[in-house]
Amino acid sequence: MAERAAVIGIGQTVCKSKREDVSIAGLVREAAVMALEDAGLGFADIDAVVVGKAPDMFEGVMMPELYLAPALGAVGKPMFRVHTAGSVGGSTSIVASHLVASGIHERVLTVAFEKQSDSDAMWALSVPQPFSAPLLAGAGGYFAPIIRAYMHRSGAPRDIGMMVAVKDRLHALKNPYAHLHLPDISMQMVEESIMLWDPLHYLESCPSSDGAAAMVIGSEKAAGAAQAATGRPPAWIHGMAMRSEPTMFAGRDQVNPQASRDCAKDLYGQAGITNPRKDFDMAEVYVPFSWYEPMWLESLGFCDEGDGWKLTQAGATSMVENGDIPWNCSGGVLSSNPIGASGMLRFLETALQVRGLAGEHQVDGVRRALGQAYGGGSQFFSMWVVAADKP
Amino acid sequence: MSPKGAFPDLTSGRRPVGVVSFAQYDNVRREDDRNEVEMLLPVVGEVFGNIGITKDDVGFICSGSTDYLIGGPFSFVAALDAVGVWPPRAESHVEMDGAWALYEAWVLLQEGEIDAALVYSFGRSSMGDLSQVMAVQLDPYYLAPLWPDPTALAALQAQAMIDKGLASEADFAAVASRSRRSALGNPKAQVAYDRSAESLLEEDYEVAPLRRHALPPLTDGCAAVVLAAGDKAYEWCERPAFITGIDHRIETHSVGARDLTESPSTRVAGEKAGVAKKGVDVAELHAPFAHQELILSAALGLGDGVSVNPSGGALAANPMMSAGLIRIGEAAQRIWSGQADRAVAHATSGPCLQQNLVAVLEGV
Repeated sequence: MAERAAVIGIGQTVCKSKREDVSIAGLVREAAVMALEDAGLGFADIDAVVVGKAPDMFEGVMMPELYLAPALGAVGKPMFRVHTAGSVGGSTSIVASHLVASGIHERVLTVAFEKQSDSDAMWALSVPQPFSAPLLAGAGGYFAPIIRAYMHRSGAPRDIGMMVAVKDRLHALKNPYAHLHLPDISMQMVEESIMLWDPLHYLESCPSSDGAAAMVIGSEKAAGAAQAATGRPPAWIHGMAMRSEPTMFAGRDQVNPQASRDCAKDLYGQAGITNPRKDFDMAEVYVPFSWYEPMWLESLGFCDEGDGWKLTQAGATSMVENGDIPWNCSGGVLSSNPIGASGMLRFLETALQVRGLAGEHQVDGVRRALGQAYGGGSQFFSMWVVAADKP
Repeated sequence: MSPKGAFPDLTSGRRPVGVVSFAQYDNVRREDDRNEVEMLLPVVGEVFGNIGITKDDVGFICSGSTDYLIGGPFSFVAALDAVGVWPPRAESHVEMDGAWALYEAWVLLQEGEIDAALVYSFGRSSMGDLSQVMAVQLDPYYLAPLWPDPTALAALQAQAMIDKGLASEADFAAVASRSRRSALGNPKAQVAYDRSAESLLEEDYEVAPLRRHALPPLTDGCAAVVLAAGDKAYEWCERPAFITGIDHRIETHSVGARDLTESPSTRVAGEKAGVAKKGVDVAELHAPFAHQELILSAALGLGDGVSVNPSGGALAANPMMSAGLIRIGEAAQRIWSGQADRAVAHATSGPCLQQNLVAVLEGV
């Protein structure tokens, strides 16, 4: 990064199964206006708009940002559209931040959304794979065998996934924007929910949500001005990284993909992270299916390979149990999943935490946090580090 | 003293980034034998091979495409196999024409941490009925339910020009006649002929006032570009086409809310890119319909001395999602060869020129 960049405004909609009260434009505008108000800005103050979402078929509109230009105040400005599968919310945040880090713009509005109730996301995600029998039904069908490989490899007990499912839903009870609020959530409730893709029960899977997320990324100057105007501090970006690898080839480690490890290494180098579990105060990580928490704990270097499930089991990632490295305090993807926005929600929640503005799900004294998103067949990764202090 | 190694004047703080290699597929009406990955593979090989580099020499990869052409989600995912991103690479994708993928790469190159990037884009118009596919790009509540196709919308625009006295059908035919004649010199052109404007006016209307000649062909194709910064540009290219200005702007979506005879987004992008700072030798304009070239030329203030669309432009070949990136490649080729010292390249997206990108390329 040539110039400093920071998150100076944050907005998000309540996530629900169906937001029938708003159009697509109404949905994205809700998040955008909230982010602008948080930054003490109006649409006129914005230099460029960067939009991200997952496949256009989820709403049935090809390149919908074209139609959304006036709703997002983009008329007369540069408007950009990112699509990198499930990681898109994260990569959109990164593309927007580079517009500031490169010194090209001062204030960039970035918005990610999905209005999944406009279609059936599960079947939209059931993509036929070349040279494979078409047996998939939803992303869970794709990831379940990879999870079983992880269980086999690590020797993790079968109930670890259910523990994540309970933990993230307990976190979600503290987040008014979360889609799922399940006050009675328990191990028994998860276990008694229907088995979808062995070993994943229904309650170990993410929901399908309508929702939008937005951030204003500002330069050092813009961050100072926003703080002076609003009294709210910025979240400084200390590093950003993206990595991709092919969907399939012989020898690819789908449990702990090389792209994930390379991406984290690049990121940690930029941000000076040597011991992630100690150096981060919390993390928002893309866990759409419960077992991805222990898998990413290992891949992201929070523990040795094979030990991820032990952290989950010990409550290290639970803010309810005062764990030392709380993960997904917002409730995570398991509690809200407007796919195109899910990655940005991870990034945005890390910024909320380092700014001390997360409300009931705020972790005390967060100085530095990790945001991560992944997509495709566990092959696209985007990550950032934000901190309360300037880089 | 040899100018090799010298850089053009840039806005303060900007890093010189040049287009150093370009390749495109043989634009065809219908590619039945190869899928997108198989089409891209030789093009990516050529864009690297032209300058003797490999994927290991670029620090970033960015692509442009749209799922709605292939009719399935995540069409860009398989396309990555044309590059072979192993070991894993820093990579991104825009659901836009490849010209915007190039913009993303240019932004990253500005930061100075990488020195080169690969940009590619692809699309097969033949996979479905393009006129129906493009209607799904419109406002889903108020416009798409009417299923207006791109030709119908462009015809409204052309008629508005006639009604305002800005151009006539003969002017549209003159653009088409010149473009297709220029295309005779473009080995990648899909439609090229030597016919007078008068003879073109004898064609029947497709959608009045547009006759067949004023419409772009349906094209399957793909393209790739390598960008390199600073000294790296000279290492790989005798005379790099440096990007001295690049900007893009969008207008409101509804065609009923715009004056379709003008392109204010092109005008602003052109001003920001510095088109008028010096003389322009060549302009490659992404004008899928003949009359749009007139709107774009006016918006960019291009004078009579400018050679517009020497490749034949989008009237010669219009591969969806690549036709904009190809304009940048065609402009760069003319800098490399010394035919031009300063070129303008333009890309468009959305109904009736809703969104536009302008780049200025200069050789030293």
